[in-house]
Amino acid sequence: MAPPQVNRLRDKGLVDRKKVLGFNFDGTRLTGHPGDTLASALLANGVRLVARSFKYHRPRGILTAGSEEPNALVELRTNARREPNTRATTVELYDGLNAASQNRWPSLKYDLLSVNQLASPIFGAGFYYKTFMWPASFWEKVYEPMIRRAAGLGRAASAADPDHCEKSNAFCDVLVIGGGAAGLSAALSAAKAGARVILCDEDFRLGGRLLSERDQIDGRPAHEWVAAAEAELESLPDCRILRRTSVFGVYDGGTYAALERVNDHLPVPPAHEPRQRLWRIVAKRAVLCAGAFERPILFGDNDRPGVMLAGAVRTYVNRFGAAPGRHAVVFGDNDDAFRTAADLADAGIAVNALVDARREPSEAVQAIAEAARAPYFAAASIGSVRGAHGIKSVLVKDAKGATEQFDCDVLAMSGGWNPALNLTTHLNGKPVWDHTLSCLMPGDLPPGMRVAGAASGKGSLAACLASGEAAGADAARDCGFSPSALRRPAPREEAVPATPTWQVEKSRGKVFVDFQNDVAASDVKLATREGFRVPEHVKRYTTLGMATDQGKTSNLNAAALIAAQTGRYVGAVGTTTFRPPYTPVSIAALAGHHRGADFRPTRLPPSHAFAEEQGAVFVEVGAWMRALIFPRPGERPQETVNREVENTRTNVGVCDVSTLGKIDVQGADAGTFLDRVYINGFAKLAVGKARYGLMLREDGFAMDDGTTARLADDHYYMTTTTANALKVSQHLEYCQQVLWPELDVQTVSVTEQWAQYAVAGPKSRKVVEALLDPGQDISNEVFPYMACGEFTFCGGVKGRLFRLSFSGELAFEVAVPARYGDAMIRAIIEAGAPHGIAPYGTEPLGVMRIEKGHAAGPELNGQTTAHDLGLGRMASTKKDFIGRFMGEREALTEAERASLVGLKPLDRAARIPAGAHLVPREADVVAANDQGYVTSMAYSPELGTWIALAMLSNGPARHGEVVKVCDPLRNTEMLAEVCGPCFVDPEGGRLRV
Amino acid sequence: MRIKCPYCGERALEEFSYRGDATVKRPESLEPSAREAWVDYVYFRDNPAGLHKEHWHHSAGCHAWLEVTRDTRTHEIIDVAFAEKGR
Repeated sequence: MAPPQVNRLRDKGLVDRKKVLGFNFDGTRLTGHPGDTLASALLANGVRLVARSFKYHRPRGILTAGSEEPNALVELRTNARREPNTRATTVELYDGLNAASQNRWPSLKYDLLSVNQLASPIFGAGFYYKTFMWPASFWEKVYEPMIRRAAGLGRAASAADPDHCEKSNAFCDVLVIGGGAAGLSAALSAAKAGARVILCDEDFRLGGRLLSERDQIDGRPAHEWVAAAEAELESLPDCRILRRTSVFGVYDGGTYAALERVNDHLPVPPAHEPRQRLWRIVAKRAVLCAGAFERPILFGDNDRPGVMLAGAVRTYVNRFGAAPGRHAVVFGDNDDAFRTAADLADAGIAVNALVDARREPSEAVQAIAEAARAPYFAAASIGSVRGAHGIKSVLVKDAKGATEQFDCDVLAMSGGWNPALNLTTHLNGKPVWDHTLSCLMPGDLPPGMRVAGAASGKGSLAACLASGEAAGADAARDCGFSPSALRRPAPREEAVPATPTWQVEKSRGKVFVDFQNDVAASDVKLATREGFRVPEHVKRYTTLGMATDQGKTSNLNAAALIAAQTGRYVGAVGTTTFRPPYTPVSIAALAGHHRGADFRPTRLPPSHAFAEEQGAVFVEVGAWMRALIFPRPGERPQETVNREVENTRTNVGVCDVSTLGKIDVQGADAGTFLDRVYINGFAKLAVGKARYGLMLREDGFAMDDGTTARLADDHYYMTTTTANALKVSQHLEYCQQVLWPELDVQTVSVTEQWAQYAVAGPKSRKVVEALLDPGQDISNEVFPYMACGEFTFCGGVKGRLFRLSFSGELAFEVAVPARYGDAMIRAIIEAGAPHGIAPYGTEPLGVMRIEKGHAAGPELNGQTTAHDLGLGRMASTKKDFIGRFMGEREALTEAERASLVGLKPLDRAARIPAGAHLVPREADVVAANDQGYVTSMAYSPELGTWIALAMLSNGPARHGEVVKVCDPLRNTEMLAEVCGPCFVDPEGGRLRV
Repeated sequence: MRIKCPYCGERALEEFSYRGDATVKRPESLEPSAREAWVDYVYFRDNPAGLHKEHWHHSAGCHAWLEVTRDTRTHEIIDVAFAEKGR
C-alpha cells in the first residue's frame, strides 16, 4: 500500500486526479496522477532528496521544472531499458514507472562518498591537473578509474536495447519552436495565413509557462486559451503539432534536428512503434519561442534540497497541484519572483518571509506581503541555510545587517530570467548583452530565424502574445502568404530595468554556480586568480557549463562572478557558445534503425541463396556478402580452401564475380575516352576482345584495375574491383562531364544489372558448351583467350561470354541479366556435375590470384605506381592519360622503389606473415634497413608451400636473393627467397588451350 | 546544408559527395616545362574565407557533377550549375 500524497494540493493543478498511477522511487512505492512529471509526483509525496551531486556527493533535490534541470537526475526503468541521467523534471509519469537515484552508495540518505565534501579544498578548480600529476603512469591505471567511479553519473544499461528508434523527415514553411504563449500565437498567425506550420514543444502538454501561472487571456484562464488555440491549430490542414519534441540543433540551409519522445511515457512502446523519433525538419522560416531560464542566486548552500527556482515553485503549485513544501521563504531581486508568494498563499502554503535583494522596497511586493501576512525585507539577503538533506530554516539578513531565522522547507529564489537563446548560437551567432534587462539577448540569428516571446526578452504576457503573433505573420509573409492584420498590437510598456544581485556577499557555506558539475563560486574565483579571465577558459578549467545541461542555469552567473573578480561589467566578459544538442540526445535516436545487422544495407550477389543452401561461409566485402568458402562436413577451413583450389586447377570450379564493378561505356568517342582513363590503349582494341587495364590517379599512383571488353565499335564494358566500383564510376563521370565534355561518350554503372560467374578450370569449356544454345562455337580457335561476345544460354537467355581468367586456368565468365542469376548458377552446377564442378569462394579465388601474382587490393594500396606493380611498360607513351605526367616523375619510376615480387620461405613449412617487413639477409632488423613489406600471403596447394607477394626495393632485379622477413609485432623472423610474382604457369600456357 | 541540384531540385547534403576546388584546370601540355602547372593542379589549393567554387557530385541522385558556389564562412550556397559546360 503506497502512502498518501501528503503534499498534493486540493483544487490545484491540471493533473487528472480521477486516475492514480503507481511508481517506484528507490524501491519505495508511491503514487501520482496522469499529467504529473516524476518530479512533481515526488514532491507531491513529500520527497525532496532525490540525488547526490557529481563530485562532492552533496544531497540534492529538484531545482527547476523543466529540461534545464541540473540536479534531479535519475536512472529510469530497469535492466535493458535502464536509462541513466534522465531529468525527473521532464519524465512524464506512467503507471509502473521505476526510477532510482544514482551516484550514491549504499543509499541516497547515507552516501559514504559524501566524505568528498570534507576534502573539497583539494577538489577545487583544475584539481585533476594539479593533484593527479605523479607518477604519470598512475593516471590511466589508478587515478582515472578511481575518479570515474567516485564522480559518476548513472549507469548505462549493459544489455542490448530491446526498443528501436526511427528517423523521419519533414518540410514546412514555418517551424515554431516552443508551444507557450508566443509559440502558440506564432503558429496560429502563420497557419491561419495558409503557411505549412510545424509546432514543436518539448513538453507533453502545450502551453509553456501559461500552465504555471494564474494568468488570464481574453478573459479566461490561460490554460483554456491554450486548449482553444491547440484545437484551432489541430483543425488547420497544414499544421502539425509535435508534442514531446525538442528541437535540439540548427543546421545550414534551414535544417533543424528534433527529437520526439514518442513512447518514453509508456513502460514499453507498443508493438512496431519506436521509442523515439529523430526528425530532420527543413523549414523556410523558423520562430524561436523557447522561453527563458530563471537564474539561481549565488549564496551559501544554495544547492540544498528545498531551494528551488521561484518559477518552478509556481509550476509545481499551479500546474501540478504539488506543494514543494509547507512553509516557504521567497528570495528574489525582481517583482516576478514575489508572484510566487502570492501563489503559495493562494494555495494555502505558509509564506514566512519575503526577502528582496533590491535596495528599494517594491510597492507591489509590499502588497503581496501584506496579503500573505508575511514580513517583507528589502535590501536583504539569505545569510545561511540550515538542513542538509532538506532545508529546515534560513537566516535572513536585513538591510541593517540584523539577522532573523525563519523556518521553511522550501526557499523560492529568483535572480531574474535569461532568454533561452541557445538555438540562436548553433550557427555561430553571438549573444549580445542587454543593459536594461541585464541579460544576454539573441544576436545574429541563423538565416530564416526570428525570436519571439520570453526568448527575445519579453517580460509580460501581452508582449509575448503580441510578439509571437507578429513573428508568425512575418514568417508566413516571407514564405509568400498574406496574413491578416494583427489582433494583438504590441503593448506599450517600458522594459523594467533589472539590477541583478548575482551573489550574496558573506554568506555561509559552499556557493554553487554549476549544480550539475559541482562547480562552486570559489572555483570560479580561483580560476580568475590563476589568470583565466575568458568564460571559454574558465569553462575548460573548472568544467563549469560542461555538464549535460550545458550550463543553462549557471553560465551567466559565472560570467557575473568573472566580471566582479576582474573589475568589468558582465556584458564585457562574454559568454561561451552553445552547441547542439540543446538537450541530451541518445545515441540510439541518432542511429535509428542503423544498428546491428541493419547498420548499413547488405548487398547480396545473385548466387546468394544457392551459396546459403550449400552451407557457404560468408565474408563482408564492402557492402557485399560474398561466399568465402564452401566447406564440406568434417573439413577444416584450410582443407576446404585447398580442395576448392585443387578442384578448380584439375577439374572445374565456379565463382560468383557479380560483385565486381561493371560499367557500360558507350559513344562514338568511347575508345578515346578509355585511352585517357587507362594507362594502356583501348581505342584500337578489336571488337570481340577484352584487355586488362590499369588506371591511375592524377598524382600517378595506381587507382584501380580490371578488364574492359569491346562489344561493338561504340560500346565497351568495363569491370572494376569490387571495392572501388563506386569510386571508379564517380571518377569516370568526372572525367566525362568535367574534363572532357566534348567527347561523345556516356558511362553508367550496370553492376546490379548483370550476374556474372567465372567458370574456371581445364574442363570449363565442356561446362560452358553444355550451357550454350546449339550452334555457338567456343573452341580455342574461334573464341580464343581474351575473346568476348554475345551468346544465348539455356534456351534463349541472351547473355555475354568473356574468356577471362583470374585463376590462371582455362576460364570463361558467363554474364546473364541479374534476374537469371539464381537459375544460372544452378544450371552451371548441373552442367558441371559430370566434370566434377564445385563452387569456390573468395578465399580460394585469392589463393589462385596470389599463385598467379595478380595485383589486388593489398597491392593497389594507394602507395604503388604502375612501375611498382610491374606494369610500367604497359603505359602508353603516345597519349595523355590520367596520371601520366605526374606518374613519370623520377621518384615514382626509380628502380629502388619497392616493387612487386614473390617470396618463398626457405623453410617450406613456414608461414610468411602478412604485413611483415623485409630487410637484407644479414642486416639488423631496424627501420633504417627496411626494404619493403609483404602484401599478400597464401598456402599454395600447387607448390605445397606458403607463398607471398611483397613490395621489395629494386625487386625485379633481386630474384633469387634471400631476404629476411621480420614481423616484430608477432615476434617472428624467417628467411625467404625472392622470385617472380607468378608462381604457377608463368608462361600462361594453361590460359590458351 | 542543402544543395539545389539543377536537375533534381533542392536535396540534403548527404546525397552529394564533395570533391573540391572547381577552378583548377587540368594542364594540356606533357612537356617538362608544364611541371609547375601540373604540381599546382594536383597538389595546391587555395583555402579562401568567402566565396568558393567547388565540385560536388550528386552521387545519390542524378550523378551530375555540379559547380557549387559556396561561402566557406557561412555555408551559404550562392549558386549551383552543371559542371558540364553548355548542359
